[in-house]
Amino acid sequence: MAEKEDVPIAIELAKKQRDISIASFFEKNRHLLGFDNPRKSLLTTIKEAVDNSLDACEEAGILPEINIEVIEMAENKFRVIVEDNGPGIVKKQIPNIFAKLLYGSKFFKLSQSRGQQGIGISASVLYAQLTTGKPARITSRISKKHDAHYYELHIDTQNNKPQIIKEDVVEWNKEHGTRIELDLEGSYQKGDQSVDQYLKQTAIVNPHVTLIYTNPKAEQIIFPKASEQLPKKPVEIKPHPYGIEIGILLSMLKMTEARTLQSFLMNEFSRVGYGTAKLICENAALLPKTKPKDISREAAEKLIEGIKKTKIISPPVDCISPIGQELLEKGLKKEINAEFYTAITRPPAVYRGNPFIVEAGIAYGGQQNAEESMHLLRYANRVPLLYQQGACAVTKSVLNTAWRNYGLSQSRGALPIGPVTLVVHIASVWVPFTSESKEAIAHYPEIIKEIKLALQECGRKLASYVGKKRRIQFESKKRDYIRLFIPHVGEALKELLTLKESDEKKVEELLAQILEKKRGKLENIEAKNLEYDEEFAKIGEEDEEDKE
Amino acid sequence: MKKTKNKQVLKEITDTADSVYSRIKKKKAPELKMPLRALSNVKYDPKDGFFELLGKMKERTLTASTIKTFAQTLRMMSHAKNIIEEDDITTKREMYYISKNWAEAAFKEQPESDTVMDDMEAMMMVNREQLGFIPEEKGGEVAGKLVVIDKDSDTGKEIKIDCTKFGSGAYSIPISVEHLKFETNAKFILAIETAGMFQRLLKHNYWKKANCILVSMGGVPTRACRRFIRRLSDEKNLPVYVFTDGDMYGYANIYRTLKVGSGNAAHINEYFCVPRAKFLGVTPQDIIDYKLPTHPLKEVDIKRGKDALKNDPFIQHHKEWRKALEQMNKMKVRSEQQALAKWGLNYVIEKYLPQKLKNPKSWLP
Repeated sequence: MAEKEDVPIAIELAKKQRDISIASFFEKNRHLLGFDNPRKSLLTTIKEAVDNSLDACEEAGILPEINIEVIEMAENKFRVIVEDNGPGIVKKQIPNIFAKLLYGSKFFKLSQSRGQQGIGISASVLYAQLTTGKPARITSRISKKHDAHYYELHIDTQNNKPQIIKEDVVEWNKEHGTRIELDLEGSYQKGDQSVDQYLKQTAIVNPHVTLIYTNPKAEQIIFPKASEQLPKKPVEIKPHPYGIEIGILLSMLKMTEARTLQSFLMNEFSRVGYGTAKLICENAALLPKTKPKDISREAAEKLIEGIKKTKIISPPVDCISPIGQELLEKGLKKEINAEFYTAITRPPAVYRGNPFIVEAGIAYGGQQNAEESMHLLRYANRVPLLYQQGACAVTKSVLNTAWRNYGLSQSRGALPIGPVTLVVHIASVWVPFTSESKEAIAHYPEIIKEIKLALQECGRKLASYVGKKRRIQFESKKRDYIRLFIPHVGEALKELLTLKESDEKKVEELLAQILEKKRGKLENIEAKNLEYDEEFAKIGEEDEEDKE
Repeated sequence: MKKTKNKQVLKEITDTADSVYSRIKKKKAPELKMPLRALSNVKYDPKDGFFELLGKMKERTLTASTIKTFAQTLRMMSHAKNIIEEDDITTKREMYYISKNWAEAAFKEQPESDTVMDDMEAMMMVNREQLGFIPEEKGGEVAGKLVVIDKDSDTGKEIKIDCTKFGSGAYSIPISVEHLKFETNAKFILAIETAGMFQRLLKHNYWKKANCILVSMGGVPTRACRRFIRRLSDEKNLPVYVFTDGDMYGYANIYRTLKVGSGNAAHINEYFCVPRAKFLGVTPQDIIDYKLPTHPLKEVDIKRGKDALKNDPFIQHHKEWRKALEQMNKMKVRSEQQALAKWGLNYVIEKYLPQKLKNPKSWLP
């Protein structure tokens, strides 16, 4: 019958419509999460684990001590072990934290931390599972009164749920802390963008951290802490209305305990009081008494329009904890044997309702190559950014700064040339990355402006040093030139006045003295660097054998 | 007589060296001060008749810009002392090569070495021959009614040189002329810029017709040439007439230098100039009066004329010269001595020179 053939097309289509498994989502989007290739995957995995450990330790007020071990199991197969002395994780949360994507503590609170969305470590677990089929092995303990729990976890890729393979209570000599062990496909190389580089750069801007790293060549490198002081604990703040996006707003509306829209605005956002909340509602043409759960997507969009129309004071900025000029300089001195160091911390600024701080530091001269491009180190919330330099707001700001004014040469649209290492750090409750793999900072005009101001401030100090150095070099050249002729004066006077050899020598000595007296003392302005550690500086550089 | 003169120069040298030495011993920066040799540092007083130095001094001491010449001056003084003591001489070119032993203090080019030599003269107010230095350049040529009395350098006997007996050649002025004596019954000296014109006058024995002495300067007269004409005209009380091309170089360089000296050698002008010289031609007015063929003035000619009007104290002093230069700048043309050949090869002998000599109003001071 015709009826039977007349099945609506939608029913046919519906057969193909189903939940997309997170595994296939991951497969399609792995580049967005930092798993583009084996080498980068290894780095991303270590980076996510270390970032999590550091965040956990700092939040708990513990000076971090982190063990990282990378073992080559077979060709392109590696075991990664990261173990920290952090606060540990309560038993029932362990499976969710490590084996459920988008599960985390950091998404809805706004505070300056390394991780943001809760995607990183579980993505690594998923990657390991997809490339080797082996489960993640987690051990965690929260105090000596509690047991250490051991889990072997898979992710149920159909349902995005943890799948417990094995669960146990184990003996562990650590009082508290967490250990994760993953087997995954990867590739290990030194040089730029390597694990070694990442750890070194992490050590530069985190002087309170101890890292113990064993690489696949079984070389152990220890980055000892240089400071006993934990960074100021970042203050948690509620989001500022100006920074809110529709998706987040909708989930906040769903989860809030507030009964009215007005109290929702007052409770869940910073800088919104009774009056401001009422004004937002008016501007959005929504009733203040509306129940948050009843607000539709359309109404939420109106709400965002209403927020835009309302004047709201900037968010508090005391929630940001910068590295600080002194420690940034210290970190640079540890890494680079230069002759001049400077660093600055900008006052806090705000982009789209999010407070942020830009810091910059420069190490100039010394053993650095004067013919090469500047060495640029980018950081976001103390995490080094190793990839996508070209797409980053930091790079753009560096390119748009007139370094010629500061004594470096620079061709159009290129990094300046000179013996310089430049560190740029952005600290924010929400660093806007261009993608989930957190490699490049998005081009917000407010951020670019702050970076440029920081660079200019450092640049001016650099220019004054370079200028001074040039003057001294010029002066010293002049003196050398004058000194060249002193023996001629001595010899001519000896011949003219038939002086003795000793008198001739005396004339030359006196002339040298007169010269120094007349032209003044030559200043030595190069900094003595007592912090420089040659062993440390070598880390992450490519080995000769690796090049071949 | 010569010995005492040398002693004076030697003392001057060692005194200068001593002052340098004693400053060094007092731990003060040593210095050598010498007059600035430039047109901006001379004045012209027609009563004295030559360019005299004003007070501007330059200093060489322990600075990056002067230390090299400071050392070179001392080394050259030391060489001068040697050759005076040994009664020897050194040519300017030889001095330049001797400096090649001084490593980094060597002169790169001879003009550098000549400059230091001229500065030494100015500093000690002597001329370079007294320091034992002599130039390579020839002094000029002479023909006509003159007997020069020189000495044979072997026997010391007097030699009489009759300047009428060189035929189509001429007597060459030596580098040093102080010892020469003269016999003549000529009426005047004619100093000529170019060898070409000198040859023309010689060919037709003009000196016989006009009863004069011809001197070929060959461009700007050398010191020896200036000194020769000066001594000859002083001792025999002869007027001196100057005959150059009708251009700025002939006026402001050749004639001016012969008459009052130069800015560059202002320290020795007193003896190396001929204040009684008069300019016969070719004047700008001659170019018009004799309808001479011309060349347009070049940029450099115009600039030379403007510079002379602005900076040359001699030109500035004489209204007639200012007018002449301004006239030439307006005419925008110049003429060479030999342009007179337009009217026939011997026109210069038969018409031009006799007419000019008869009419002092057509001269320039």
